[in-house]
Amino acid sequence: MAEFRMPSLGADMESGKLVEWLVAPGTSVKRGDVVALVETQKGLFEIEVFEDGVLGEPLVAAGQTVAVGTVLALIHAVGAAPIESAPAEEVGARTEQPVAPAPVAVPRPAAGPVTRVAASPSARRLAAELGVDLATVQGSGPHGVIGREDVERVAHPPAAAAAGAEPTTGHAPPESASSAMRRAIAAAVSRSNREIPHYYLATEINLSPALQWLESLNARRPIRERILPVVLLLKATARALRSVPELNGHWLDDRLHVRQAIHIGFAVALRQGGLVAPAIHDVDTLSLDGLMAAMADLIERARGGRLRGSELTEATVTVTNLGDRGVTTVFGVIYPPQVALVGFGRISERPWAEGGLLGVRRCLTATLAADHRATDGHLGGRFLDTLDRVLQQPEAL
Amino acid sequence: MTEEELKAIIVAELKKVAPESDPSGLGADEDLREALDIDSFSFLRVLVGVSEHTGVDIPEADYGKVTTLAAMIGYLAVRQG
Repeated sequence: MAEFRMPSLGADMESGKLVEWLVAPGTSVKRGDVVALVETQKGLFEIEVFEDGVLGEPLVAAGQTVAVGTVLALIHAVGAAPIESAPAEEVGARTEQPVAPAPVAVPRPAAGPVTRVAASPSARRLAAELGVDLATVQGSGPHGVIGREDVERVAHPPAAAAAGAEPTTGHAPPESASSAMRRAIAAAVSRSNREIPHYYLATEINLSPALQWLESLNARRPIRERILPVVLLLKATARALRSVPELNGHWLDDRLHVRQAIHIGFAVALRQGGLVAPAIHDVDTLSLDGLMAAMADLIERARGGRLRGSELTEATVTVTNLGDRGVTTVFGVIYPPQVALVGFGRISERPWAEGGLLGVRRCLTATLAADHRATDGHLGGRFLDTLDRVLQQPEAL
Repeated sequence: MTEEELKAIIVAELKKVAPESDPSGLGADEDLREALDIDSFSFLRVLVGVSEHTGVDIPEADYGKVTTLAAMIGYLAVRQG
């Protein structure tokens, strides 16, 4: 008999709402089957079981919000008494979370910068835009720090709220999905910044050979089957991680756990704001076509709000590609408990000196943000060097 | 297809990848990707949809020629069968 628990879908998650059971009690389930829908601050996720067996009666009803680790149902071994209710004390029990330990208590942030009024930068900007004097604003953040909402409250007191863009009722509206998303991201990056001593390395890569190779491949294909340059970057990252496996893993219990499988968390910006970095599984084993398809599927589902729980927890490293937005260099924030984040900037023509000649090549800056507890700069440098080398032989990808 | 019909197809495809936007209100010469905050993946989806609805092949080398509404309409208008 096994327990099916509310999973932790990230370093930042403490509880989740069971939205819907997708499988009836008494149904046979296999490891990997999706049995329930769970809502977190990051949206709606399909949750899988990790054992084979027969799903027992729900111990948590649809609509309930419970802590991570709470038993949602029992999974009985096939052949055993299929449905029996669990001992009451097991309900609500918490277990250790092997992959993503709960965040430690958040230390109070130090009082703001040395100014008379403590306010967040965005609150300052908003106050300036709206002509609000910060001295007249009552801060509701830790230590009375002024946030955007505080400025908005002064600028648009409830009676005048109709002037706002959104239709407003008399009482405070429930937290919107995007502000919940913002809080989830805030929790994860705060933990990262607090716990992970990052080091950063960057290297410039001549992508001309790889892009020429890809263009000649795409020229022979109908538009639907063409491959985007980022697919080469993902595959090359996986190849380089094969050579430098210490960057592919998790930092848990004060030591590095190197992972065999390479599941790349791919940062996807959402239309409504915020981002998720769900995992593309076993990137090193996928063909370029397979990887393009997996990436397309993942982006569509991330933006459509139908990711699997395991996709949020199983990434062993993250790749973020900000080249589309014109960024040259990405200085990443590692997603705990991972130990590295690889960033790609914009592909652009740059002067390139080689063999005593100056030419123009299409280049990109690749960066590595890595956990200094797990690895050192020497090893990080070896990774970027390997990545460069792998990209010079695109036909081998 | 008339230019109006081509525009309707393009706008419908843009709306699919940027559902919260109003692509019909775009200026003819605005950069589509910039104005609607569309990444290269979503832009490829738009081109796939436009290409399949109009029957016009858009080779990768021409992606740079279809960056605005006016440019894309013009590109499709002279190539449609």
